[in-house]
Amino acid sequence: MGQYTIKMPDIGEGIAEVELVEWRVRPGDAVAEDQVLADVMTDKATVEIPSPVAGTVLELGGQPGELMAVGAELIRLEVQGEGNVKAQAVAAASAAGAREAMVSREGAPALPPADKGSGAPRSVQPANPVPAATAQPIQRAPGERPIASPAVRSRAWELGIELRFVHGSGPAGRITHEDLDVYLASRGQSSVASRPESAWAQRHGEEAIPVIGLRRRIAQKMQEAKRRIPHFSYVEEVDVTELEALRAALNKRYAAGRGKLTLLPLLARAVVLAVADFPQMNARFDDDAGVVTRHAPVHLGMATQTDAGLLVPVIRHAEALDPWACAREIARLAQAARDGKASRDELGGSTLTISSLGPLGGIVTTPVINHPEVAIIGVNRIVERPVLRGGAVVARQLMNLSSSFDHRVVDGMEAAQFIQAIRALLETPALLFVE
Amino acid sequence: MKSRSTTLLVVGGGPGGYVAALRAAQLGIATTLVEGDRLGGTCLNIGCIPSKALIHVAEEFDSARRSAAGGRIGIQLQPPRLDLGQTHRWKDSVVARLTGGVGALLKKAGVQVVRGWARLEDGKTATVEVPDEEPLRIRCEHLLLATGSVPVALPQLPFGGPVLSSTEALALPEVPRHLVVVGAGYIGLELGMAWRKLGAEVAIVEVADRVLPTYDEALGQVLQASLRRMGVTLHLGCKAEGLAQDGRALRVRSAQADEFVLPADRVLAAVGRRPRAEGFGLESLRLDMAGRAVRVDAQCRTSMRNVWAIGDLTGEPMLAHRAMAQGEVVAEAIAGHKRRFEPLAIPAVCFTDPEVVAVGRTAAQAAEAGIETLSATFPFAANGRSLSMEGGEGFVRVLARRDNHMVLGWQAVGRGVSELAAAFSYAIEMGARLEDVAGIVHAHPTLGEAVQEAALRALGRALH
Repeated sequence: MGQYTIKMPDIGEGIAEVELVEWRVRPGDAVAEDQVLADVMTDKATVEIPSPVAGTVLELGGQPGELMAVGAELIRLEVQGEGNVKAQAVAAASAAGAREAMVSREGAPALPPADKGSGAPRSVQPANPVPAATAQPIQRAPGERPIASPAVRSRAWELGIELRFVHGSGPAGRITHEDLDVYLASRGQSSVASRPESAWAQRHGEEAIPVIGLRRRIAQKMQEAKRRIPHFSYVEEVDVTELEALRAALNKRYAAGRGKLTLLPLLARAVVLAVADFPQMNARFDDDAGVVTRHAPVHLGMATQTDAGLLVPVIRHAEALDPWACAREIARLAQAARDGKASRDELGGSTLTISSLGPLGGIVTTPVINHPEVAIIGVNRIVERPVLRGGAVVARQLMNLSSSFDHRVVDGMEAAQFIQAIRALLETPALLFVE
Repeated sequence: MKSRSTTLLVVGGGPGGYVAALRAAQLGIATTLVEGDRLGGTCLNIGCIPSKALIHVAEEFDSARRSAAGGRIGIQLQPPRLDLGQTHRWKDSVVARLTGGVGALLKKAGVQVVRGWARLEDGKTATVEVPDEEPLRIRCEHLLLATGSVPVALPQLPFGGPVLSSTEALALPEVPRHLVVVGAGYIGLELGMAWRKLGAEVAIVEVADRVLPTYDEALGQVLQASLRRMGVTLHLGCKAEGLAQDGRALRVRSAQADEFVLPADRVLAAVGRRPRAEGFGLESLRLDMAGRAVRVDAQCRTSMRNVWAIGDLTGEPMLAHRAMAQGEVVAEAIAGHKRRFEPLAIPAVCFTDPEVVAVGRTAAQAAEAGIETLSATFPFAANGRSLSMEGGEGFVRVLARRDNHMVLGWQAVGRGVSELAAAFSYAIEMGARLEDVAGIVHAHPTLGEAVQEAALRALGRALH
């Protein structure tokens, strides 16, 4: 039997380190060839690391949330044959591996190796591991009085503990002093036992959520954008009655063959047309160099909510896509982002971003610019409202565009004119199709 | 008018009030207790203690008389004579010793005791009419109402003349020839039996069709047999209509609407007690009430901030030990401790002959709550200790949940069973299962063996 070490692969060009997002295996697990071992993250793309060999997991090289250098030891396996680790290293590693395997068998999380600290954040482990007792559901009918001796009841009252939330490990579910101890130890963690049933009961405890993985990327990016870019927002009301009528007509006629159109591809088209007259909006600002680069292609970022957090896949060359092609590309990219399958190229390089919360879009938003871009267009929801037209009240479909701009390079007047241009295109949608 | 301030003002020096005052003073709370009569309240002065003293004398006298009549256990005596004056002096000395003890305890703890009747002005102020002195106004941060209860009088039988409340029935200067007891609750039965043993002809009139109507029926059946044996006449399903014109008899109407007359030198009206909620300005506080009782929460707080109430004033069960426990809770709550009065069971004891104990739920109450139960009864006829005490009547019954065998309730009737109340309460409060009770080694020969045997029977493992 030998040992086989898998190192952190070089996933993308120029990437020096990646973040370990999740382990799919634990020490002691048998691993088949090509089985996924871990998820790692580069920039915004999550990548699965498969195993090139079959074996048994001996040691994990880091904790989720840890930044690991490309080439660092990711995982060590025990394999048939010689493996790829020299004999001297094997002895030391096997001792560590055995220790971890033992810990794992007891149900506790694997301990991080002692030499992997280096200031990197780690996921928070419970300070006091909760014995299995608290994990069991409390089998007590609603309104049924918990069983506990007077001393236990008195102590619980003194501690402010509602006994009905405490699991009783004694005969017939009797709550003991030890059960109270366990409850107290676990009170800081979210568990079934600590969740009050009444909306009026006091709640206690706190939960530390490490900001790692995609959330950390988003946090860093947002903080950087807000710190570096002096934002200003501009909100304009757009009458999309005609646009919605057109969209309905197009969908009725072409949906079967070309697919359904949402508002977004039409808005994308309007943006593409508008930036022809406002090239300063389709730009990236390298503030270190003091250079704004205006781009001829319109690579539209589409802010997309995923289970993991906000991602911004990019519609490349939106200027070359007709509305249906654009709609298909939006759908494809959104799905890839939600599945965590979007490539690094698909998640970077945008020149202008549209942010839409869809039907949830509220009245006004203050979108954060996708640094290093200089503008972002936010879409609020469409609402039917009474509007005066020629002295008569008519029902119209109205929608706000809430947009933010980098005031260092975009003035208020320019921003307003740019949005007015988009508005004009959306309110007279035939213009979207004029070459 | 003189005035003084205190942190806690306790109105009423009965078992609830004095315990609260004692505990509060122990916890460093400046406490004043106002009592218009004697410290110790109903329990020490005109209730539990003197009645048990009288019952003891009656038991001793009856025992001696039975021996004189050729008792079966081999003691031979001349017919005994009763010196009732001496009985009362002895009984009063017991009361005096205990009430004096309460006074000493309060003094030692630093409680300011004010003798006089309090009248509430608001939730923070009371005026006390102190005999032979000018009134005293007491201001407080916390007001604890512990005014207890008073006997309920029947409209057709107002107290006075030959009609007695339990208070007067404890201090009769001579043994009545004919005593009629109206009400077969525990007070009527205890005193009726005691006077019967002291030589009176006793008849009991009860509206319900059984004695101890608020207790489990099987307990009352044992008592009924005992009452008949000792020569007490029972008139169940009958209503007292009032005194006969000459005041020497009680008119009674039976369930069949027949009216008859029972000769009566004295009539003891023992039909219950009601909270003492009137006569001291309670109505001015406009507290939330539960019927005639003051409504309180699990900490004995009333609907007014920092006004507390305990004991009989807060309703059933009107028992001294409940009041004491509540008093302790209130004192500690005022001291900032987190306390609640939420016992699983409050034991109830009747010092009848034989004695009765009930703790926790009855089978009917459990069924009403939708709980499936197991139950088993063990008779004292099979208990060595009981037989050796000339007992042998009565039983212990246990009630437990069918699913997990947790003990829910106990009922017992038999000689000396009042002392089993502690064991019964322990089992329920500690959350014991039948297996726990069955698995404990009980001393032999004691009545407690019947407790263990009842649990074993419920488990289908009876030994005896």
